[in-house]
Amino acid sequence: MEAVGVIRADPPELVASELGTAPVVRRRLAAGQEIIRQGRRDLTLVRLTPDLIYDQMIGMGCARRLIFSWGGNPGVGSLHRLRDAVENDWPGPLDLEEHSHAGLTLRYVAGASGLPFGVLRGYRGTGLEKVTASVRPIFCPFTGEQLAAVSALRPDVTVIHAQQADRAGNVQLWGISGVQKEAVLAAHRSLVTVEEIVDRLIPRPGSVVLPSWSITLLARAPKGAHPSYAEGYSDRDNNAYQAWDAVSRDRATFLAWMTEHVLGRAG
Amino acid sequence: MSAGPTDTMIPPTPRELMVISAARALVDAQVCFVGIGAPSTAANLARASHAPQLVLVYESGCIGAKPTRLPLSIGDGELSKTSDTVVSVAEIFTYWLQSGRIDVGFLGAAQIDRFANLNTTVVGPYNRPTVRLPGAGGAPEIAAGCRSVIVTLPQNQRSFVRRLDFRTTVGFGDGPGDRRRLGYRGAGPQMVVTDLGVLRPDPESNELVMTDLHPDVTTEQVRAATGWDLRIAERMERTRPPSAEELGVLRRLEH
Repeated sequence: MEAVGVIRADPPELVASELGTAPVVRRRLAAGQEIIRQGRRDLTLVRLTPDLIYDQMIGMGCARRLIFSWGGNPGVGSLHRLRDAVENDWPGPLDLEEHSHAGLTLRYVAGASGLPFGVLRGYRGTGLEKVTASVRPIFCPFTGEQLAAVSALRPDVTVIHAQQADRAGNVQLWGISGVQKEAVLAAHRSLVTVEEIVDRLIPRPGSVVLPSWSITLLARAPKGAHPSYAEGYSDRDNNAYQAWDAVSRDRATFLAWMTEHVLGRAG
Repeated sequence: MSAGPTDTMIPPTPRELMVISAARALVDAQVCFVGIGAPSTAANLARASHAPQLVLVYESGCIGAKPTRLPLSIGDGELSKTSDTVVSVAEIFTYWLQSGRIDVGFLGAAQIDRFANLNTTVVGPYNRPTVRLPGAGGAPEIAAGCRSVIVTLPQNQRSFVRRLDFRTTVGFGDGPGDRRRLGYRGAGPQMVVTDLGVLRPDPESNELVMTDLHPDVTTEQVRAATGWDLRIAERMERTRPPSAEELGVLRRLEH
């Protein structure tokens, strides 16, 4: 995990970790756990679907704010550390800024496009337009239709996990690509971890290619998505998601698990 | 022969009745935007039984997914590997959903009100919730953009509430004309399938009316399970009991 040194040297304030796809694919667990080991505080974390690594960062007090659109343990239930932070301020208060998937995605698209906002037909009549300041009404200059504007999102750092890079640093990811391209291109800096570095990228149908000059840092991190998966390399570890429910439900059990599995291990 | 988990001699549970009734509502060759959980189970049951040409669309960007087992999350590799095409999340919500290409959106919820508005955000006050729920996900735009919507959730005093703790997703808003006023083009929720029966919106008032009861369920039971003064259809339909085939396919999917 050579890339984490850069996070240490140049601390990000806003970490978008679309380590996954929209929802769920390539969790950057390895990089996220290094953030915990470094004892980072007061981060603003961003992700459409925060999951286990976000639950860990929140439970260890790394986050002050979370920008998200769906925060659960897919197929299992709650993220208990996220809930404990919101419901009981443990280990500290956590500000939420929540969107729908479409809205948060269009915030990345606007950021990646160099525009001040994205626009969609949504939010009207929902509670979200009342509680989320980054949503405002806007009127179409051609038809007068009222739509929703969402402000551009430009993370200080985006971290994603992909399958392959070549020796020149060009990255290829495939399968469910989610919002990973938009999250990288919206960010001021980016870290991409990959399963494998190959001599030559072989184009795959439907893949996303990020040329080396469009990313900031590259690191090799095999199985870096665990317990999520990287198509073609590893399957989703469903047992780990199930097991996390019991680990995370109780504060003491959670802290003991973190001490054993994260804090005590070198990056 | 011992009774295994897929033995269709075991009578259906209320949840199985809900899923089977919801699956029956899907018409073959429709294009269906599927939420994870009970909606996904029902949509896959429909595709595996009476609607083999059903086109399943998942918000992770999977279009025409044909999973052979139930996906645990919308990012499941089983979805991407079996899809006709996989597009980015930005694309699925814009070119495919917002543009009006999807026939039916299929959603679950924690709470619903009499105008079929949905809450998946919090129980209790927003700033200090008793239960923090996962949040909106794709639901608000699915309900806004699909031509029609089917909602499936268990029916009880906690879920069928007089007033939502938070309006995550608009069904009919505050009543007639609200969807049009808000600029939503689809027809909104046309069916709510529960573990006790089926509700449909009154075409004039938009208020949900109990129109079908599952086998052995009484009107007293559904009234008691609803947090508002529930309207009951004059002519109540009775849900056809699940066939051995429906139960068998569902139990194989879930095990």
